[in-house]
Amino acid sequence: MIYLKPYKALFRIRFTNSLQYRAAAVAGLVTQFVWGFMYILAFAAFYNSNPAAFPMTLQQTVSYVWMQQAFIAVFFIWMYENSIFEAVESGQVAYEMVRPMDLYGRWFTMTTANRLSRAVLRCIPILIVAFILPEPYRLVLGGGAIKHVLFLLSMILSLCVVVSFSMLIYISAFHTVNSMGTRIVVGVAGDFFAGGYIPIPFFPDFLRTVIELSPFGAMQNMPLLIFNGYLTGNAIARGMLLQVFWIAVLVLAGRLWMRRSLKKVIVQGG
Amino acid sequence: MITLQNINKTFRVAKRGAGFARAAKALFSREYETVHALSDVSFSVQGGEMVGYIGPNGAGKSTTIKIMCGILTPDSGVCQINGRTPWKERVAHVREIGVVFGQRSQLWWDVPVMDSFELIRDIYKVNANTYQRNLDELVEILDLSEILKTPARSLSLGQRMRCEIVASLLHDPNILFLDEPTIGLDAVSKIAVRQFIKRLNKERGTTVLLTTHDMQDIEALTERIVLIGKGQILLDGSLAELKARSPEGANAEEMVAALYKEYEI
Repeated sequence: MIYLKPYKALFRIRFTNSLQYRAAAVAGLVTQFVWGFMYILAFAAFYNSNPAAFPMTLQQTVSYVWMQQAFIAVFFIWMYENSIFEAVESGQVAYEMVRPMDLYGRWFTMTTANRLSRAVLRCIPILIVAFILPEPYRLVLGGGAIKHVLFLLSMILSLCVVVSFSMLIYISAFHTVNSMGTRIVVGVAGDFFAGGYIPIPFFPDFLRTVIELSPFGAMQNMPLLIFNGYLTGNAIARGMLLQVFWIAVLVLAGRLWMRRSLKKVIVQGG
Repeated sequence: MITLQNINKTFRVAKRGAGFARAAKALFSREYETVHALSDVSFSVQGGEMVGYIGPNGAGKSTTIKIMCGILTPDSGVCQINGRTPWKERVAHVREIGVVFGQRSQLWWDVPVMDSFELIRDIYKVNANTYQRNLDELVEILDLSEILKTPARSLSLGQRMRCEIVASLLHDPNILFLDEPTIGLDAVSKIAVRQFIKRLNKERGTTVLLTTHDMQDIEALTERIVLIGKGQILLDGSLAELKARSPEGANAEEMVAALYKEYEI
């Protein structure tokens, strides 16, 4: 446990540090509400014309969207820990490297803490409102306790996939003068393939099969489809195994790449 | 305690002429120039010594410090600090050293200074008694008790720099690297920082290596100076020796300017 002490302390300070930005939380909350409503109204319009054309029921799609908006900070790649990019680009990373700590572990902890604190602030109001909305725009529970435990587990795995994937983007900042381009392109494309804008079951079959096997399919897709009841039984087990597989691959790749990058790192200025 | 032998470090720097045409050309073929940041740098420092590491801008001072902190890997050469090679055993090495980069901050911007100190305590796994003792002592000497609850963003530069120094000493390092610790400080803060460094060196026997452009720092603090220019060590001797070779009645500032001129750096 003593080994984890620095990481716990870092988690605590990063978590409380993000919690104090109240205005940002309120702004985020409003955005997520508007975005959620817009999506649901658009989907409802499509469903009105032909409900049979969709792989999920409207109810399932509505639950998908509300849970996604409530936990946006957990699920979306573009919700980066920007202080890491700043540290690399300004050379502030020099101070991070004179600490007796593994830099990969440090960044992983900071990103996770930052994402969780933002999720905690946003999820409760969104969930409350989504539960009291009229049918069919309401978030529906149901499916039993086991389903919800599986959802929670899969959400934790999904957070780990997203964080270990974004670690690769942080590390790429060592190799570029400005990481803005990478951040935006990878963020937007990644979240698209992860089902951040259109759920993966809505994709054409050939594309769907590929995405489901890729790390993007192991992100928000899994927990959200478990929650809305689209996935059951073996499909859940297979999906969660795939999540574990991608965490292992991404963490290993990130650690190797970071070790190589740090050997070549040049801290400029000062 | 610290030995550097024949340390070399080169950087590859992209170069191009000014103007649009040259910029367009650089899109297709880049020209690089190899800059020798350090060539055959060797020196050693004994335990308890206080050494001033001086040289003009771009001479290689910060590069040397970064190598000694384990941040940069040199192209060749040997460096042993507390019996370790910094870049090979970075984590074990940095546990025993303290570093202040005068141009950067290690304090968390939006939280009280105290929170940053406690984070450092947990990162270095300093035990509670040692931490409390160090904190009380450092806070008293540097007169910081009033500002421990203030977020770092609201501190003046002088207050912040004193906090930075405390932050780098909480884990009892036996070597302290100070990279321009007095940059931008007013007279009062400079004097406070100098007195403190002197006391630290005397009472705890901490080895101090500092870089500075402020010659009064050197005069007030160090017996020994190492001069670096264009990546090479040009002079390694006592302040007294330096005085002896300088024109009569010159102050430290003039002596160093004369040196820079003599070595054409």
